[in-house]
Amino acid sequence: MSSLVKCPHCGLRPREEFTIRGEVPSPRPASDAPANAWFDHVYLRDNPRGEHREYWHHAGGCRRWLVLSRNTITHDISAVVDASTLKAGTKS
Amino acid sequence: MTSFRIDGGTSINRDDVRQFSFNGEKLSGFGGDTVASALLANGKQLVGRSFKYHRPRGILTAGAAEPNALLTIGRDGRRDPNTRATMAELFDGLEARSQNCWPNVDFDIGAVNGVLGPILGAGFYYKTFMWPAAFWEKVYEPIIRKAAGLGRASYDPDPGYYEKCWAHCDLLVIGAGAAGLAAALTAGRAGARVIIADEGAQLGGGMRAERSMIDGKPADIFLGDVMGELISLPNVDIKSRTTIFANYDDGVFGGVERVQKHLPEAEINPNRAMERLWRIVAKHTILATGAEERPIVFGGNDRPGVMMAGAMRTYLNAYGVAPGKRVALFANNDQAYDTARDLEERGIEIAAIIDPRTCPDVGYHGSARHIAGAVVRDTAGRKGLKSITVRHDDGRDEVIAVDALAISGGYSPIVHLACHRGARPVWSDDHAGFMPPMDADGLTPVGAVSGVRGIVACFNAGANAACDALVGLGISARPALIGADVAGDHVNDPEAAGAQDTLPVWSVPSARGKAFVDFQNDVTASDINLAMREGYDHVELAKRYTTNGMATDQGKTSNVNAIGILAENKGVSPGDIGTTTFRPFYTPVSFGALVGASKGFEFQPVRKSPLHGWAARNGAKFVETGLWYRSSWFPKGGETFWRDSVDREVLNVRTNVGICDVSTLGKIEIFGADAAEFLNRVYCNAFLKLPVGKARYGLMLREDGFIYDDGTTSCLAENHYFMTTTTALAAGVLTHLEFCAQVLWPELDVRLASATDQWAQMAVAGPKARATLAKIIDDDLGNEAFPFLAAREVSLFGGKLRGRLFRISFSGELAYEIAVPAGYGSCVADAIMEAGKEFDIAPYGTEALGVMRIEKGHVTHAEINGTVTPADLGMGRMVSAKKDDFIGRVMNKREGLLDAARPLLVGIKPKSPSDRFATGSHILNVGADVRLENDQGYVTSTCHSPNLGHTIGLALIKGGPERYGEEVVIWNGLAGTHVTGVICNPAFVDPENEKLHA
Ligand SMILES: [Zn+2]
Repeated sequence: MSSLVKCPHCGLRPREEFTIRGEVPSPRPASDAPANAWFDHVYLRDNPRGEHREYWHHAGGCRRWLVLSRNTITHDISAVVDASTLKAGTKS
Repeated sequence: MTSFRIDGGTSINRDDVRQFSFNGEKLSGFGGDTVASALLANGKQLVGRSFKYHRPRGILTAGAAEPNALLTIGRDGRRDPNTRATMAELFDGLEARSQNCWPNVDFDIGAVNGVLGPILGAGFYYKTFMWPAAFWEKVYEPIIRKAAGLGRASYDPDPGYYEKCWAHCDLLVIGAGAAGLAAALTAGRAGARVIIADEGAQLGGGMRAERSMIDGKPADIFLGDVMGELISLPNVDIKSRTTIFANYDDGVFGGVERVQKHLPEAEINPNRAMERLWRIVAKHTILATGAEERPIVFGGNDRPGVMMAGAMRTYLNAYGVAPGKRVALFANNDQAYDTARDLEERGIEIAAIIDPRTCPDVGYHGSARHIAGAVVRDTAGRKGLKSITVRHDDGRDEVIAVDALAISGGYSPIVHLACHRGARPVWSDDHAGFMPPMDADGLTPVGAVSGVRGIVACFNAGANAACDALVGLGISARPALIGADVAGDHVNDPEAAGAQDTLPVWSVPSARGKAFVDFQNDVTASDINLAMREGYDHVELAKRYTTNGMATDQGKTSNVNAIGILAENKGVSPGDIGTTTFRPFYTPVSFGALVGASKGFEFQPVRKSPLHGWAARNGAKFVETGLWYRSSWFPKGGETFWRDSVDREVLNVRTNVGICDVSTLGKIEIFGADAAEFLNRVYCNAFLKLPVGKARYGLMLREDGFIYDDGTTSCLAENHYFMTTTTALAAGVLTHLEFCAQVLWPELDVRLASATDQWAQMAVAGPKARATLAKIIDDDLGNEAFPFLAAREVSLFGGKLRGRLFRISFSGELAYEIAVPAGYGSCVADAIMEAGKEFDIAPYGTEALGVMRIEKGHVTHAEINGTVTPADLGMGRMVSAKKDDFIGRVMNKREGLLDAARPLLVGIKPKSPSDRFATGSHILNVGADVRLENDQGYVTSTCHSPNLGHTIGLALIKGGPERYGEEVVIWNGLAGTHVTGVICNPAFVDPENEKLHA
């Protein structure tokens, strides 16, 4: 597990300031999407060996939700972005 | 007792005599001594008994790897069990005791285990105690617990203070031997921020055991000069007595600094930490941890008096302690001959040098008898070494009388910190050892850990590695200590460094008796052979089957030999066997250091409501809920039984008026042009059209369709809402809302801020609530002007203060919640008490609140337990059918969540008012057997209702409201009771809500 995380808003911060929600699932489906799309989103996780995208919350810092790209074998973090940037057409 | 102290000693100060005791015997040593060196100086070689066979054991090493000499040091709360005598510094008044021996170390009853040896072999944990299972508890475990085991922890609290810190640096240097000091000095002179850490009390590492003159100075004088320069550099932080025990990700290292463990009780500063747990963030790290000398596995190699050759040299040169009167050396490498040279120079008789190599060219020109191509196969002596049996190359045995034997089987680089992140060490035939992986990013192994030998070579390696590392950080440096003149540096030729001179001897085939691999766990060569024969030949399996390397020393002296034996037997290279996994911690770390300041009152933060002081003044009894201290009841007029107070408080609210602190509820301010749309999506019921000045009860679902939390949200102004959550989920709901706002719908204009601690909030409830509040609130509180669910800012005390007033009720009475800025809370509560005096106002606590909500059929997290839907609680109609989208909308409509057989919320009461029942009881139909398939549901909440005069409860029962009036059995499997109950409407009090709207 990584010891230091480079928050795009706060810089390099210790892991203890963050809480981890887990894998970024498939995008939240539309209300009328088929049931399987919802089951995927709510329950199914890939849990890969290797590159992994996770939601981390900078709970003890800027309180922004972040998406970390982390290698589950080496623990190397290749990217950290504000989670709001995942969704296209955003204001912020 | 003969003194073994002789002249010299680079680490001790003979003017500083220190008294100590060992197993009650008064002894003395010097400042700078370790407990081990002081014991040896006093002729105490037998210091403990072994773990399994209770064999006499002596001091094997002079450092962190010590497997045998584990002592209990100190007493009462300051008693430290399993302390390595080789690492513990001697202080005046120190009390040390042997462990694992009864009645004493000289006569140990457990030694009879030696007779039981055959059943204690490899895999005995798995084989011997297989059946019958009942024997485990009654027979095996008590015996094992009594006979085996290490020191015992104290039952007394540790009076010492411990702390945790962070440190940051450009260059972390781990180990302050020749290589580490050169690296630190190089980087320090270049202006880099340097931390140099060493587990020893004094810097110098292996150099303290050298007799060489460095730049014309003895080692201790030279080291003093280097130390002086490092101290003079403000950018260099010297951490002695600091073990770097872990290499975590991103250049973060864990370390423990033993700040005051070496001081006598009287000198301990109570305001200073005993130990300090460090997390050090380094841009680059120089690993200069050195190498561990390996024992040789031969018969009786554990007898007190057998010692590592390097350790013997350290005791001789650093502490001025002679190992014995007549010494032998058994070694398979050149470096170990330094010990023979130094013993000889000090006039200690060397009986023989036994070297398994047939024609070693070691440059040894001493006078000792040299026996090439031979091994030691056995030793003798009851509690200490008396003789060794040498097997010559022609098969002849010779017994040689000695009282000490130095052994050296080669050197294992201390690679742990290079491997904590998963990299594997690499076997090198040239070095006859596992070398650190070279691809470890940001970490450069230098010196003996990478196979370099000799002081000059280590200076060069350390200085150059520091220069290279600093280039990467944009700092230019010139190598320090390069070109030092070291007289008598036996291996100073860089070409010679690393040349193969060690002949691995993994085990002595002609060994007689027990040949130990792991001294601490009593694992022998034959145990490892047995594990192989039984199929446990994988290195990880062999470790667990034999327990080799699983003791507190983590196999520092044994793992490589065990690997070598496995390799030898399979006819492969040790590199093919590989090592077991290296994990933190490198050496044991005290619980005190890991706990830090988080103990006792400081175990966790205390959260106090802004009304805590007011509640305390009114006699509140507090209860811990999470971090909060909440007032649970307010005893009055000699009430001693909690329920007397609670019953009175409830009846007073239902009759007159009460005041309750509800400040701990989570409070979230919500702003933004899309705030209403946002609320509409996070609650399952409609919020889009909530008018300004109104509050609404809301149910928040999880995406899987179950209820997450409930609470009220008020619209205070256009685009400004105020949400309350339950106390327990205040943090969770905010985090959830932030996720929704930032991740799911970043396009919405919404801003969130926690305001839990900013407001003191009080519930004022009861028929006289309006009359009470009207005396301090300037606004009209009449039903017309301020109806049920009104919510807005009001003026208090003739305009002196503004607060927020909500007409909401958890108790079911006419009730308001008034919020004022936290700092005003206490005086507003006093004012309300004063205003309500004429109406007999009384404070009530969370217990009375709980009773009243059950009487009213209101739910809390006792009912919202993660398995219930709004429909389960009779609130199915709240789930909007019109909204396009909200959290949980789709999954809430899953087949299983719509099942008609789901348990539904009901009230439950005893058929006979004198019967009582408890939360968690299960419901059975009358006459049904106690079987899972007969389960009708369970009781979620219970209380004594002072209004009804009997126990009431809420329950989730199949069929729910259709079964009002039906008799059922309330079964309590823990208490073994069956009570006849009646299912009823959960609103026990005022089901028509007349009081609420009064
Ligand atoms: Zn941040």
